[in-house]
Amino acid sequence: MLQVNDIIHLAVTGLAQGCAYGLIALGFVLIYKATEVVNFAHGEFMMLGAFAVLAWSEFLGGSFWPAFVLGCLSIGVVGYLIDAQIMRRIIGQSSASIFIMTVAFGFIFRSLAGMIWGWKTLFLSTPFGGKIEIADGLSIGVDRVAIIVATVLLCGVLYLFFSRTRYGIAMQAASQNQLAAYYMGIPVKRLVSITWAIGAMIAAAAGALLAPITMVDTTIGFLGIKALAGAIVGGFGSIPGALLGCLLIGIVEPFADYFVPEIKGVSAYIVMLVVLFIRPQGLISQTFEKKV
Amino acid sequence: MTTPLLELRNIETFYGPIMAIRGVSLQVFEGEIVCVLGANGAGKTTLLKTATGALNSSKGQVLLQGKEIQNRDPDWVARQGIAHVPEGREVFPLLTVEENLMMGAYSRRDKEAVRADFDAVYSYFPPLRDLRGRLAAYLSGGQQQMLAIGRGYMSKPRLLLLDEPSLGLSPTLVQDIFHIITRLNKEEGLTILLVEQNANVALQVSQRGYVMEVGGMVMDGASDDLLKSDDIKEFYLGKKEAGIRGKRRWKKRKTWR
Repeated sequence: MLQVNDIIHLAVTGLAQGCAYGLIALGFVLIYKATEVVNFAHGEFMMLGAFAVLAWSEFLGGSFWPAFVLGCLSIGVVGYLIDAQIMRRIIGQSSASIFIMTVAFGFIFRSLAGMIWGWKTLFLSTPFGGKIEIADGLSIGVDRVAIIVATVLLCGVLYLFFSRTRYGIAMQAASQNQLAAYYMGIPVKRLVSITWAIGAMIAAAAGALLAPITMVDTTIGFLGIKALAGAIVGGFGSIPGALLGCLLIGIVEPFADYFVPEIKGVSAYIVMLVVLFIRPQGLISQTFEKKV
Repeated sequence: MTTPLLELRNIETFYGPIMAIRGVSLQVFEGEIVCVLGANGAGKTTLLKTATGALNSSKGQVLLQGKEIQNRDPDWVARQGIAHVPEGREVFPLLTVEENLMMGAYSRRDKEAVRADFDAVYSYFPPLRDLRGRLAAYLSGGQQQMLAIGRGYMSKPRLLLLDEPSLGLSPTLVQDIFHIITRLNKEEGLTILLVEQNANVALQVSQRGYVMEVGGMVMDGASDDLLKSDDIKEFYLGKKEAGIRGKRRWKKRKTWR
């Protein structure tokens, strides 16, 4: 039978996993709110992030933190350029073309990563090895705690950025009413590219933090689809909703795997279906009617 | 002769295959309130959008103090000193009143003056002061219109474009808003280009007016003269002369078509 210790262990594992999904989903939602594009290649930013941190770490001779910062920044630059050079040109085309475009980016990124770093599973050494002993017979991996702490920190920083700084508020404004933002003299195009950069950087951070658990190979980006499911559960377009939805999916997963191992890997989508049946708008939906 | 602050020369704008603006010219001089009248679909909003770069013109020029600004990005045009208050308010619904105003001042660097302008907006539109922390989505239509105009004012523009500020407001509120528009013009020397369906109010506050129909200018002149014109009276002010009952008025119409 399941002991209390096991329950706590599964819950923390799920929480950490949910946080990782949440970090990826943040990028999905930010980009969606800014441009109404669902970036199906977002999981690949996470995968590229893990590889980039690995590459910088090798280049710098094994020091994790500088490699982490440089890796995330590199992927931020990639995100910025994807928008500024490519997405900006096809905005306004049919949503089907844009959808295929982002899916294609996913394939391109996976192939590129394979060509550069190979198709084998690699190991990224992080300072998050070892376990924390909480009680007798109950220990939790430092890597999981690191993900949870990093998520809380990143969410705090992002919250302050979007609610307190002039840049952040302007990004909100541009996502709420793009034309009006243009009329205010806000450089909307540049802010949208910066939003892509921020989303990509958060995903890259998630990739590096997850590396001790998932290892690093070209397929880890598929986690992004579960993050997408989490964002949908939360009500697509709402950031708190996306985090909540991802945490829910993350926590359900290990328990579902434990009790019903036959559906391993599918539970995220079952949660999504159930939530959509009960609340089609998602857990937290943000819609306002326009007054005339 | 002085250079107009804003001049449109022979503008043509297409909406897809439809020519929405057919060779329109217009001038706004420093310190004026100029109005553009016209019915639904006459092309008034399209004209303003072309002036500020939200739509590209296929022909003609937009000149700001003699400098060509047509077909540039609207944020660039805004930074040149044209504030566009769009039709239907278009406030940022999930930002507070204060943040909305802050966005109006986005490209300004003079922090002290910006702070003074917040107070100026609150003194022109007293209700906004108490609603500072409220999300714009929760404001009434009139309050949103005040916010939209205040937001335009915050950019310290050389020219304020107002698109249909009376839309959906009660007659008293329309009077209030237009009173403030007049004050902005008199006290701040703000040049205003006003697009309106409500011809009566618009002609009362403006010095000159233009009349648009199906994408073209059909009349222009001093607002006082337009107010007296028979055609304007009948078609925009809804006044009928006594004794012409039964006679079909359009036969006497001389000024256009």
